[in-house]
Amino acid sequence: MHPAPSIIVFTVLSGLGFGLLAFLGLGMPTVFGGVAFGYFTIAYLLAVIGLASSAFHLGNPQRALKAFTQWRSSWLSREACLSVATLVVMGIYGGGLVFFNTKLSTLGLLGSILALATVFATSMIYGQLKTVPRWNSWTTPALFVTLSLAGGALLAGQVLMTLAFLVLAGVLQVIAWTLGDGRFAEAGSTQGTATGLERIGTVRHFESPHTGTNYLLREMVHQVGRKHAQTLRVIALALMVVLPVVLLWLGVTYVTVALAALSHIVGTLASRWLFFAEAEHVVGLYYGKR
Amino acid sequence: MTTLPASTEKKLGLVIDLDTCVGCHACVVSCKGWNTENYGAPLSDQDPYGADPSGTFLNRVHSYEVQPSEGPAQLIHFPKSCLHCDDAPCVTVCPTGASYKRVEDGIVLVNESDCIGCGLCAWACPYGAREMDQAAGVMKKCTLCVDRIYNENLPEEDRQPACVRTCPAGARHFGDLSDPDSEVSQLVAERGGMDLMPEQGTKPVNKYLPPRPKDTWEEVDILAPLLEPVAPEADGLLGWLDRTLGKVGGK
Repeated sequence: MHPAPSIIVFTVLSGLGFGLLAFLGLGMPTVFGGVAFGYFTIAYLLAVIGLASSAFHLGNPQRALKAFTQWRSSWLSREACLSVATLVVMGIYGGGLVFFNTKLSTLGLLGSILALATVFATSMIYGQLKTVPRWNSWTTPALFVTLSLAGGALLAGQVLMTLAFLVLAGVLQVIAWTLGDGRFAEAGSTQGTATGLERIGTVRHFESPHTGTNYLLREMVHQVGRKHAQTLRVIALALMVVLPVVLLWLGVTYVTVALAALSHIVGTLASRWLFFAEAEHVVGLYYGKR
Repeated sequence: MTTLPASTEKKLGLVIDLDTCVGCHACVVSCKGWNTENYGAPLSDQDPYGADPSGTFLNRVHSYEVQPSEGPAQLIHFPKSCLHCDDAPCVTVCPTGASYKRVEDGIVLVNESDCIGCGLCAWACPYGAREMDQAAGVMKKCTLCVDRIYNENLPEEDRQPACVRTCPAGARHFGDLSDPDSEVSQLVAERGGMDLMPEQGTKPVNKYLPPRPKDTWEEVDILAPLLEPVAPEADGLLGWLDRTLGKVGGK
């Protein structure tokens, strides 16, 4: 697909923000007053910048409030509801820590669960799509949630948790790529099934409906980003997992943690770029493209 | 509500005959015309007379070349619009409730005043039946000409989708596919109407009639066995030329 920068930034930053909120809600670290204010500001900025940037790709953002109504059926609506619920619950919990030196543990736990549920809902927006076989797999939610936990732990200064989740994210990422490469063939859609003409013979796209391009081709059959896929995979894995692990292993100082966080964010952006760029929508079959 | 109805009273839809379609694109033009001038946001074009034209269409005609294991390839024109699926994935993903499937006739519609233009429904559709209008920022799709088929201001023969009304080849048929006695259901039964991408589990209402098998050529000339074969070797001037050129060319 066309890897829209707003969506890549949204999923990565909001994932980090909600991951950090999940740890803060569990009291990891338990902080009060000004320090708590700092932590919560970072978490809210990441989450809110992410949500705001997602509004940029809407055709009619002025009606965005309507997206809170269909949580019974739509993962996108669930994500909207869960993210606001998380921000409200964690706002009250954070307010207690910052202004009243009070830790409302139950509320924090609830906030943590909501934060992770938000990331899960985000991942299911993609994971639910049968039309993109690469995404339509358990690896999509698993990787999104693990990356959020890894990034959250890193920002929350939870070194052991960071190491554990980074390694797990690396393993899941490799599994997602490996399984993902075969998913389109596995799903079984071909030009033959798309047109129903396989009963006659081999189908070839002879002529496009229009000489120009269209919305579908621009959005879903964009192939530019796939050119350097293998190189980008190595870079993504190195920056997202390997370098942060090495840095934290060398020693836990402000410098190594900051560098590890930066490296992790850049690596995750690269990984997310590939997630979108390598996605192949079955509609491409009608155009003789993938 | 973006949950799907458990069942619909009717299943209005199209039956498209791939044997008859001549690929003239008249249905594309009439669709664009009707749906630009009537219900909802017009189907806009971007840079229509420039170097890079594109625009919103609810119906597009592809052409495929199909090569059978024996005999010459066949060219098949393939009109494609919304299939008004029973299990429409585009409806359930909608976060605002703008997309819905009507209980009374099964038509899948977009309430444009609720659409935020997130594009997720177009992503959920395997058929490329939904296109975001670049001018209005809302999702456009085939309405089965809902503003024609029930429109009592139109003469009765015009109360069918614009594409069906205009098709000069009679390749498009409109009717209730839930009624086994309807003309369209009979056609589907008779001609082995098929679903597109059944593996996606969308249960499309629209059906496609596959091209009929081509005639085969059999030797029927009863005189042929009685005739002498034409001289296999050339003689006279042509024979001399053949031999001379053969020597020159070494063959």
